[in-house]
Amino acid sequence: MIGFLQIDLPALLVGTLAAVTCAIVGNFLILTRQAMLGDAVGHVVLPGVLLAFLIAGTTATWVMLVGAASAALVTVILVEFFRRVAGMDPSAALGSVFTAMFALGVVLLEQTGVSRTSFDVHHILFGNIEGAIWPSAVAGPSALLDPAAWSDLPPQITRLAFGLLVVAGAIALLFKELRLVSFDPEFARVSGLSPRWIGGLITALAALAAVVSLEAVGVILVVAMLVCPPAAARMLTDDLHTQVMLSVIIALASGVLGYLIAAFGPALLGFDLSLGAAGTIGLVAGLFQLAAMIVGPKRGRPRTA
Amino acid sequence: MTNWLSAAFWTDLAAVLLLRDAGYNTMVVMLGAAALGGAAGAVGVFAMLRRRALVADAVAHATLPGVALGFLCAVALGLPGRSLPFLLGGATLAALAAALGILAIRNRTRLPEDTAIASVLASSFALGVVLLSIIQTLRTGGQAGLDAYLLGATAGMLRHEAITLGVFSLVIAGMIALLFKELVLVAFDSEFARAHGFAVRTLDLIILGLVLAVVVIGLRIVGLVLIVALLVIPPAAARFWTHHASVIVFIAALLGAVSAYTGAAVSAVHPQTPTGAVIVLVAFALLLISVAFGSARGLLPRAIGRARLRAQGSAP
Repeated sequence: MIGFLQIDLPALLVGTLAAVTCAIVGNFLILTRQAMLGDAVGHVVLPGVLLAFLIAGTTATWVMLVGAASAALVTVILVEFFRRVAGMDPSAALGSVFTAMFALGVVLLEQTGVSRTSFDVHHILFGNIEGAIWPSAVAGPSALLDPAAWSDLPPQITRLAFGLLVVAGAIALLFKELRLVSFDPEFARVSGLSPRWIGGLITALAALAAVVSLEAVGVILVVAMLVCPPAAARMLTDDLHTQVMLSVIIALASGVLGYLIAAFGPALLGFDLSLGAAGTIGLVAGLFQLAAMIVGPKRGRPRTA
Repeated sequence: MTNWLSAAFWTDLAAVLLLRDAGYNTMVVMLGAAALGGAAGAVGVFAMLRRRALVADAVAHATLPGVALGFLCAVALGLPGRSLPFLLGGATLAALAAALGILAIRNRTRLPEDTAIASVLASSFALGVVLLSIIQTLRTGGQAGLDAYLLGATAGMLRHEAITLGVFSLVIAGMIALLFKELVLVAFDSEFARAHGFAVRTLDLIILGLVLAVVVIGLRIVGLVLIVALLVIPPAAARFWTHHASVIVFIAALLGAVSAYTGAAVSAVHPQTPTGAVIVLVAFALLLISVAFGSARGLLPRAIGRARLRAQGSAP
């Protein structure tokens, strides 16, 4: 029991919080045809977070957020410069900038020696869900009710809870506007809503979800969770509200199942292996999507005729 | 740790770049990288124009489970896990599966193409991560070699590996040379090509095939995370130097070759640096130079041209 509280509970919390936060925003990314934006955001955040750490010398939440936000801002400015001033093709502009930013992050990581201290390129890519532990749980289940014991909960959990609160709050507040822009951008425009403004909001929320999750679960799980649960949910319903709820359930299920597979699967099957939970969670989400694409009631292409 | 500001680093780099101090092995690796960069730059022009660049990104990430399965197969057969044919064979199969998966999702579900691409990218990469973590716990050697496929590493590359990859790159370049006219026509003016009876669909498939080939061959040198950059950045930069469709292909190939060659040279001087990341940064620097000074659409030449026009206009 103490082992579960110290090791499995924090990891489960980190995995599921990140999964749900990303999945909620993901619904609007895929509806506004910006699914690859998640991929781009996941990559550009690396140099920002890293430079912030190098300058401030800490991995405190606000430092990471400022670093990641600056990186996202630099990306947007560069992409817009390439598009509007230099006249480049939008996808070429985005593709050039996000790969260059990520490459810069990788080189910084190696050159500054940070990779041997608190940052690890493998953790950024593949995540380190297992790194979340709760020492005070040594007291047993009573720690759950003891506010003093909460203070040494892994910092990722606070960061993720904050992210989830902001993301879910913003989407709940602006749900009507988001729905309109997602399904009928033309009508949204004539009724005085700026799709550009709402699009920027979706981008910002995706960036926030990516930032709070990145260090805890890695780029790959961020990208998987932004896309797979919402894509699976889209195969199941036409109603946006239901779709968002379903995507949350699928993300939760992926988080729990994926973690359990990673933590206990190999031992149950008698293998002496260790699996990274970020990978298994992403994989389970992908399998949910695959299943939904095969049997989901709303999987087919809408008839255009 | 590298001191990028030290004079020693730059003189070492210059010596290697000019093939003065480079050992034979290093030279072969650098030339192999240059061949790959050239092929990628040229293929990238067609891929960009036919909107296949993002597909390339997904396909590249999807090679990770293929590489891992290739490793496991080789180990199961009692061979060293890092043997190139197994790893690249696995990567090729995975890349094909990913491309087919994207097409199937796009054509048979209501999901749009970008969601299809992103979800194939993410779930196949997750599968690869799971397989990698299995491989890490196996009691067999050579796991560390797999890292080279993520971010590229030319430092530990064997001569025959470099030669193999270089030859494959030249084969790709040869294919482009053979089909040059048709490819340029389809990429730059597909309507005209269709009207004149060119098999646009077949040529599109050939372009997709070339993209897959570049991705697989580029894994070892650039790495699967960043290989897409070598298909995107040089073509984007090339367009600032000329308006001529066929010249763009040559300039993109040249820029790609220079980037990859320089990246391999930096890796020769500093083996710790991931080659792929350096290649991408060099390519990006070339892009910035092209945006500023490119003779056809660069900002500076355009500004000068405008100033001249104005001066002429105001002359009496």
